[in-house]
Amino acid sequence: MSIFQQLGAAAALPEILLAIMAMVLLLEGVFVTAHTPNTIRWGAIASMVAVAGLVIWKSGSGSVEAFGGAFVADGFARLMKVLALLGGAVTLAMSGKYLARTRMDSEEYPVLIMLASVGMMVMISAGDLISLYVGLELQSLPLYVIAAINRDNAKSSEAGLKYFVLGALSSGMLLYGASLVYGFTGHTDFAGISAALAKTGATPGVVFGLVFIITGLAFKVSAVPFHMWTPDVYEGAPTPVTAFFAAAPKIAAIALFARVMVGPFAGVTHSWQQVVIFISIASMAFGAVAAIGQSNIKRLMAYSSIANMGFALVGLAAGTVEGVEGLIVYMLIYLATTLGTFACIMAMRRKGIYVEQISDLAGLSRNDKGLAFVLAMLMFSMAGIPPLAGFFGKLFVFLAAVKAGLYVLAVLGVVASVIGAYYYLRIVKLIYFDEAAEKFDGADMELAIVAYASLAFVLGFIVFAQPLVNLASAAAKSLF
Amino acid sequence: MAEIFFTLALIVLESLGLLVALLISVSFLIYFDRKVWAAVMMRRGPNVVGPWGVLQSFADLLKFVFKEVIIPDGANKVVFVIAPIVTSLLALSAWSVMPISEGWSISNINVGVLFLFAISSLMVYGIIMGGWASNSKYPFLSALRSAAQMVSYEVSIGFVIITVLLCAGSLNLTDIVHAQNHGLGTKLGLPPSFLDWYWLPLFPMFIIFFISALAETNRPPFDLVEAESELVAGFMVEYSSTPYLLFMLGEYVAITTMCALTTTLFLGGWSPIIAIAPFTWVPGVIWFLIKVVLVFFMFAMVKTIVPRYRYDQLMRLGWKVFLPISLAWVVITAGVLVSMGWLPS
Amino acid sequence: MIATTFFFYLFSLFAIASAVLVITMKNPVHSVLFLILCFFNAAGLFVLTGAEFLAMILVVVYVGAVAVLFLFVVMMLDVDFTELRSGMLNYLPVGGVIGMILLAELVLLFSTWAAPAGDVAASVEAAQNTRALGLVLYTKYVFFFQTAGLILLVAMIGAIVLTLRHRTGIKRQDVNTQVARGPATAMEIKKVESGQGI
Repeated sequence: MSIFQQLGAAAALPEILLAIMAMVLLLEGVFVTAHTPNTIRWGAIASMVAVAGLVIWKSGSGSVEAFGGAFVADGFARLMKVLALLGGAVTLAMSGKYLARTRMDSEEYPVLIMLASVGMMVMISAGDLISLYVGLELQSLPLYVIAAINRDNAKSSEAGLKYFVLGALSSGMLLYGASLVYGFTGHTDFAGISAALAKTGATPGVVFGLVFIITGLAFKVSAVPFHMWTPDVYEGAPTPVTAFFAAAPKIAAIALFARVMVGPFAGVTHSWQQVVIFISIASMAFGAVAAIGQSNIKRLMAYSSIANMGFALVGLAAGTVEGVEGLIVYMLIYLATTLGTFACIMAMRRKGIYVEQISDLAGLSRNDKGLAFVLAMLMFSMAGIPPLAGFFGKLFVFLAAVKAGLYVLAVLGVVASVIGAYYYLRIVKLIYFDEAAEKFDGADMELAIVAYASLAFVLGFIVFAQPLVNLASAAAKSLF
Repeated sequence: MAEIFFTLALIVLESLGLLVALLISVSFLIYFDRKVWAAVMMRRGPNVVGPWGVLQSFADLLKFVFKEVIIPDGANKVVFVIAPIVTSLLALSAWSVMPISEGWSISNINVGVLFLFAISSLMVYGIIMGGWASNSKYPFLSALRSAAQMVSYEVSIGFVIITVLLCAGSLNLTDIVHAQNHGLGTKLGLPPSFLDWYWLPLFPMFIIFFISALAETNRPPFDLVEAESELVAGFMVEYSSTPYLLFMLGEYVAITTMCALTTTLFLGGWSPIIAIAPFTWVPGVIWFLIKVVLVFFMFAMVKTIVPRYRYDQLMRLGWKVFLPISLAWVVITAGVLVSMGWLPS
Repeated sequence: MIATTFFFYLFSLFAIASAVLVITMKNPVHSVLFLILCFFNAAGLFVLTGAEFLAMILVVVYVGAVAVLFLFVVMMLDVDFTELRSGMLNYLPVGGVIGMILLAELVLLFSTWAAPAGDVAASVEAAQNTRALGLVLYTKYVFFFQTAGLILLVAMIGAIVLTLRHRTGIKRQDVNTQVARGPATAMEIKKVESGQGI
């Protein structure tokens, strides 16, 4: 039996393949001068989709452990990996023309996204504090770089630097927490931690460590009070990069959050539940209120994503199977809506120049009926108007919270959702009832496809909700 | 308690003995260096002090010590004074792990190779600190050059050392020498000889190590740090008297360290050239010295006959030639060792 | 035993003192130099615990490479720390409170800490810890090791992406073409008639 079989490396085959493909494409970008960045980009998209296919195809029913428990491939991991990979692939597909027009297309950009995706997959499958950390770093480092990829632009550089400095700080917190947990339980693997906690219960050391780990994770999902970087980074980074930030890394980070909380720390739920409830309420409230004054649509999306993370964390706060199920459904819907919205934002191009002020959308319905309708529907969905998808996402998490007895959290969530609806509806009003601004250049084909696909998802969710919910339910069960 | 003091006293005595021997050898090596240089240029070289000028280095020493120490006004005084001390101290401390003969090392530590590697990577600090603290253009430029140069060549030195470690299976310098007692020659049924030493199976690595050692010690043709036609005297421009002496001393001791390391890693350390009767009567120290002087002679010859590199050529050589070759050789060596089952246990 | 204790306190004292000096020094270059001293003492502590390989790697990697580049940058940037510190008094109360809370936490935790029974790594056999590390690094921990390698790859790509600029209009030396150039391609032999010129 070879060492690879002993370690069970086959379970990590998708990650290994994606990493190898990233390196192959990197070398190709360096040595094959005849190839354009576009070739590399489509190669990256193809390999990410292929790896997503591999994840599905290899999916057994049970959970497989590899590398001595450092890597776990279960139903939850598979679903979240597919979502993250698709999010990455779709944003990459949308970004081609934008990057080419703004002269930011480089061979390294798709490669960095692929490596970040490897990091996300490692995060999602983490079964050990060390794999949690290395996954997180492998995911974050490419993000810091691509935030600053428009290096001659002061805002982009600022975004990269801010993200990097604060990200390093959060990594430090996370490591500090991990070291405390290791010191007090004697284990870094989740199974060992959970067994040790079953014996000792929540000692102060473990609780402190847990709080620091939550701090680090909350930074990555940009939950209040660790959200400060989000608006600046979203605004400063080039729009395709922002789309990627809003989509894939969020899925991975929230999946990791869920895995860490209900995995090793399931025995001490009461210790982390209050913290998660607090950051959830704070994120929902802050995201809803702070978004109102924004004039830049990317900044608005940043606050919207903060609020969305708050809603998703409501499901986690419940700490039950239903809660995690709600969280998965919520993230699924969030992903689809976000991709659609960013497709619309990237279509905001006037005379060859990309614009990103909310006022630029004024009277869009008179110039481009299709785009206006898509954007309006997506806004309605995000505001949580039934029977659109966004409504069901919120419904699931609130129901789970109520079932777990967290009435206050659910009520506050609904209130925040109502406040948040204001700024989403303001955009709809702007699109349909304001004086028309100048026409946009037509949307590129990729963008139109993504936007309409997202529209179809949002409108049709009510029809095919059942299979998706079943999927999420199975995934959630595999985590417990 | 008494035992501790005894051990401590022994270590101090051993160190002092080695130090004195080392410093005397270095002074003669400097004389040797100048003589070789002169001979190639068909000059006489130092020939006034003592018979054939052999005492020239001691005269220089006295001259430096008795001169006035000048510290420039704008210099950062503390760092300015510390820099040469750091250089010479580090260079001397490297010898604490060097196995001069069987069991003749002050401290036979398990990670001896890494220790030497660490020391040689720290040598750059003396130069950087001196260059920065002088508060002058040329020294500063020299400090920047040296930082980039030494970090670059350390990478390939590291890989070369790794290939040796793969073959020897130990980080202990004494064990590495022992591992060179059997190899290609003994496989053919010959007595342990120079054919077993690692210079033969790892020949490309031996060459790369030798050249990188030149760059690491800022010897010509890589002496861009003190290239007189561009930087006057580099980081030593503002130094005079004893601090200057310490810099020079540190540099030459570092060079002998590199010669000794080359000897240990590739030339079988203190082992005799062939382990048969007349050669085995000669003590190991003598063999070690002969080999070190031989390598030093090569250093001196390179200095006399190779013109100085341009800075971009230096960087190109380090990163684009040596790094890929040494990296590939690590893979090849490991592959051969595994596939042939020659891995040291 | 006495020597070990003595050196433990020596290294710890120097490490803490130099760490404090790193943040209080006026001159940034001095700060970096004290940081290096701090690394050194940390390496000394590693040696005392028998982790000699880690100690040497700490010196080679952090002191020999990372800190050199750090020093390099600090020297070139000419950072004025007094200017950076100008706003420090405003933030001092908040920072101080957070620091005190963390310190209180540490003290509290230290008083409750007991080594988890039998679960921590078995004490390292001092003589062979390099070999022991090698045995697990490529087997048990290969996943972490390789992922860490990917992180370094990303760092390298990132540094190149963010800094490399292909300048046009400059002449580069290509050693291969220079070496490949022979008399056949470089020279043209012409028969010159006397009194004619070319």
